[in-house]
Amino acid sequence: MADFLLELLSEEIPARMQAKARNDLARLFAESVSAAGLKTGAVDVHSTPRRLVLIARDAADATEASREELKGPRTGAPAQALEGFLRKTGLTQEQLEERDGVYFAVIARDGRVAAEVLAEAVRQIIADFPWPKSMRWGDGSQRWVRPLHGIVAMLGDAIVPVEIDDIASGATTVGHRFHHPGPITVGGASDYAEKLRACHVIVDQAEREALIRDGAARAAADAGLTLLEDEGLVVENAGLTEWPVPLVGRFDADYLDVPREVIVLTMRTNQKYFACTAADGGLAPAFVCVANIAANDGGAAIAQGNARVLAARLADARFFWEQDVKVPLEEQAKKLDGIVFHEKLGTVADKVERVAKLARWLVEEGIVKADADQVERAARLAKADLVTGMVGEFPELQGVIGGYLAEAQGEPKVVAEAIRDHYKPVGQGDDVPTSPVTVAVSLADKVDSLVGFFQFDEKPTGSKDPFALRRAGLGILGLILENKIRVSMRDLITAAAHPGGADAGRDVATFLIERLKVQQKEAGVRHDMIDAVVAVETGGDNVRMAKRVKALQCFVETEDGTNLLVAYKRAANILKKEKWDAPGVMTSEDEQGIPQTGEEDPLVLVDDPIVGAAIAEMASGEAGADLPEEKALIAALDAAEPKASAAIEAEVFTGAMAALATLRAPIDTFFDKVTVNDSDAAKREHRLNLLLRFRDAVNQVADFSRIEG
Amino acid sequence: MPTRGAADSLSFQDLILTLQRYWGAQGCVLLQPYDMEMGAGTFHPATVLRALGPDAWRAAYVQPCRRPTDGRYGENPNRLGAYYQFQVVLKPSPDDLQDLYLGSLREIGIDPLKHDIRFVEDDWESPTLGAWGLGWEVWCDGMEVTQFTYFQQVGGFECKPVTGELTYGLERLAMYIQGVDNVFDLRFNDADVSYGDVFLENEVEMSAYNFEVANTEALFDLFRKAAGECERCLDAKLPIPAYEQAIKASHVFNTLQARGVISVAERQAYIGRVRDLAKAACGAWLERASG
Repeated sequence: MADFLLELLSEEIPARMQAKARNDLARLFAESVSAAGLKTGAVDVHSTPRRLVLIARDAADATEASREELKGPRTGAPAQALEGFLRKTGLTQEQLEERDGVYFAVIARDGRVAAEVLAEAVRQIIADFPWPKSMRWGDGSQRWVRPLHGIVAMLGDAIVPVEIDDIASGATTVGHRFHHPGPITVGGASDYAEKLRACHVIVDQAEREALIRDGAARAAADAGLTLLEDEGLVVENAGLTEWPVPLVGRFDADYLDVPREVIVLTMRTNQKYFACTAADGGLAPAFVCVANIAANDGGAAIAQGNARVLAARLADARFFWEQDVKVPLEEQAKKLDGIVFHEKLGTVADKVERVAKLARWLVEEGIVKADADQVERAARLAKADLVTGMVGEFPELQGVIGGYLAEAQGEPKVVAEAIRDHYKPVGQGDDVPTSPVTVAVSLADKVDSLVGFFQFDEKPTGSKDPFALRRAGLGILGLILENKIRVSMRDLITAAAHPGGADAGRDVATFLIERLKVQQKEAGVRHDMIDAVVAVETGGDNVRMAKRVKALQCFVETEDGTNLLVAYKRAANILKKEKWDAPGVMTSEDEQGIPQTGEEDPLVLVDDPIVGAAIAEMASGEAGADLPEEKALIAALDAAEPKASAAIEAEVFTGAMAALATLRAPIDTFFDKVTVNDSDAAKREHRLNLLLRFRDAVNQVADFSRIEG
Repeated sequence: MPTRGAADSLSFQDLILTLQRYWGAQGCVLLQPYDMEMGAGTFHPATVLRALGPDAWRAAYVQPCRRPTDGRYGENPNRLGAYYQFQVVLKPSPDDLQDLYLGSLREIGIDPLKHDIRFVEDDWESPTLGAWGLGWEVWCDGMEVTQFTYFQQVGGFECKPVTGELTYGLERLAMYIQGVDNVFDLRFNDADVSYGDVFLENEVEMSAYNFEVANTEALFDLFRKAAGECERCLDAKLPIPAYEQAIKASHVFNTLQARGVISVAERQAYIGRVRDLAKAACGAWLERASG
């Protein structure tokens, strides 16, 4: 047994691709050696900007010989069967063995030495590597993420020979590009990392990340500052350096007039710098950059150079900021008719018009309690920053820039805040706005998009969701639930509908219910609970639904609930088996049940006092009840039904559940003592009707048939 | 590396001369700028057309670049509507291209053990040329000084062999070497002439022309005429003049953009038109080369 070392040396691998590359390297290696039957111990993978490294401990010296026997067709079978078998096994007819009139293929594999299997693995890894983008170079046809220059492949201290497109494997690599550019020879996996460390290369990314994380924090602290932690930057800088050296630089405090987000973003995305805060929590005019060398002047020139680059960038940002502040957002908004929002949905100006109306409607209908004029104003200005120079430079700051500009231009604070935050929440886990003006604009913006895109058949399908409608759906639900906004989705969707589009009300409603399941899943809410409630909630008031779902799940998870569910299923099964599904006997006022009278319009007859009384008696199941268990169940239903109804009406869903809980004992006793399928047809009918009443009483609270378990 | 303002750093013109000498020694043909308006050194036929087909090719040249939308009336210390690129193309790209490039940085006075040189992912794509490649922007202490690209496709055709392209932003590099914060303060030569002395008035006037004065009707007309002329040349199987007309159309389009008369929706259509012309010219060039 010996350790296997593989290093693939190339020109600089993009930082963002390295984590996936390490996983792919480990996976391809494991697939290849296990297919060949070579056993190895633990496998470690590392990456630097210039290398992908794999070390497999304790590789076996060879694979074991194997003999596999495959049974083929009978000797008398049609020719096609034999041909198929030969194709499958890759043998000729002469190579097959014949026993008892059946063909057998014997495939014997000799044990292979590890070096041979590993060389094959290296070839496969390089051929199959799934780089997100790969390229050719020179006049070769080999592909890699950037030109591939060297392969170190060693088993123990011996080179595993493999040659790929003029690159022969060896024991030689190079050190740091500037500190040790010459060749270095390694002895194998045992001394690889240490030899490279001596040549200013830290092979393990986790070690470089730790150096950057701690080093940047320390460098900031030494300068009397606090580092704004940013794990994304830690990883990115570790992917850009083989010998990371954090350095503090400073910029002119005058630039602090520029919005904080702009400064942080410029440093982060354009320069990969960490931002720092001063003692008062405000942004400090300083940064931490990560160099890739231990500079011969201690890094002074590097820090100074980076500071100058940043100053130029901040000067540019300030230029845009100063230009943008001069133009009122109202003026900018006029230019939105030049930006197409969507071919069918018009320009961004058209969208703004719709959102403004819808947001105002939300207020005028009393759905969101805010000042209607402020809401409309915020909606009309919300997208204006899209045409500013600042957002042109930093598209990810849409909204944020608008908020700053609105504030600088004297808009009321709530309006500026609404402009800033109306894109929120962006995905699950993002803060949900709670300021009413913001809520109205944000909700209107998202509903407008969702309904509009559905109307013009741009629904998300599978993994494709180009307009981020799933996120919009989650945003809508987040806003509604967080702020307890009482609105029927049906009304909201109708209010948002575009006159020119198809009717998408049902599709949007279904889509939102699916989103609700996703959204509630994180809170531990079961999807079947949502289905059970959705079946009885027709208005699509999400706040009401969520409350009801929560109460239901709590109840179902109690002992009473579990038993009631069992009884419910038993009743439902009997009814199904007996095909006893007379359309809902009327059990409550708002239930549209139709008693079976055989008349054309049975409801007319309900007004007839005699028929009415008969129906009521039938519905109660009172008539013909002779056993005490039946009477007890009827009494329990008589008591529970109005309580449940009233509780639902008052949205005290726990009360409705408590009412249901009172049915548990009587129904259990009923099933224990009463035979539903009595030989007496009248008794049987009466008992089935009673079960029907029980089922419907439970369904009034939630459709228990949709609950799993 | 001289400190700020030090007189022993390379002047703007010496920077160019040094790069020319260095790359000339690597077997590059030293060309002069192409006599047409273009947005980047890549547009030069010595890059676009020569990147196509099987023949080896090495060239280096300065190319004046015009980016009308980047003009700032000479008021911004970092942005210019016209500037210079130093372009190097090596085909097939040699194995030691990165080292050759780093050698050129040492030659112009950048010590890589004092300054932080980094290859940061930046994939290049030119929608108007139907071209793309993979590579990096090269950073020197956080400043992008060179675009480094391995061409994969030009004019929609695969590049075989692959051309390695280095594009040095000359003003930025000079500002870095000279330690100057305002481009107009660059020492152009060692006889006390600054970049501003040579080009400031140019920036002011060209910004005014590009943003305010250019006759958009005439420009739209020019665009149509260049496109038409390109097609006539293609019919006559003359790829080089056809390509020149495509370059012309591309520049006119850039000027129209600066005038703000091309809407977002139209923009794609114009880019598509230029790309089709450039692709057809590239196709004709390949056909001629193989025929």
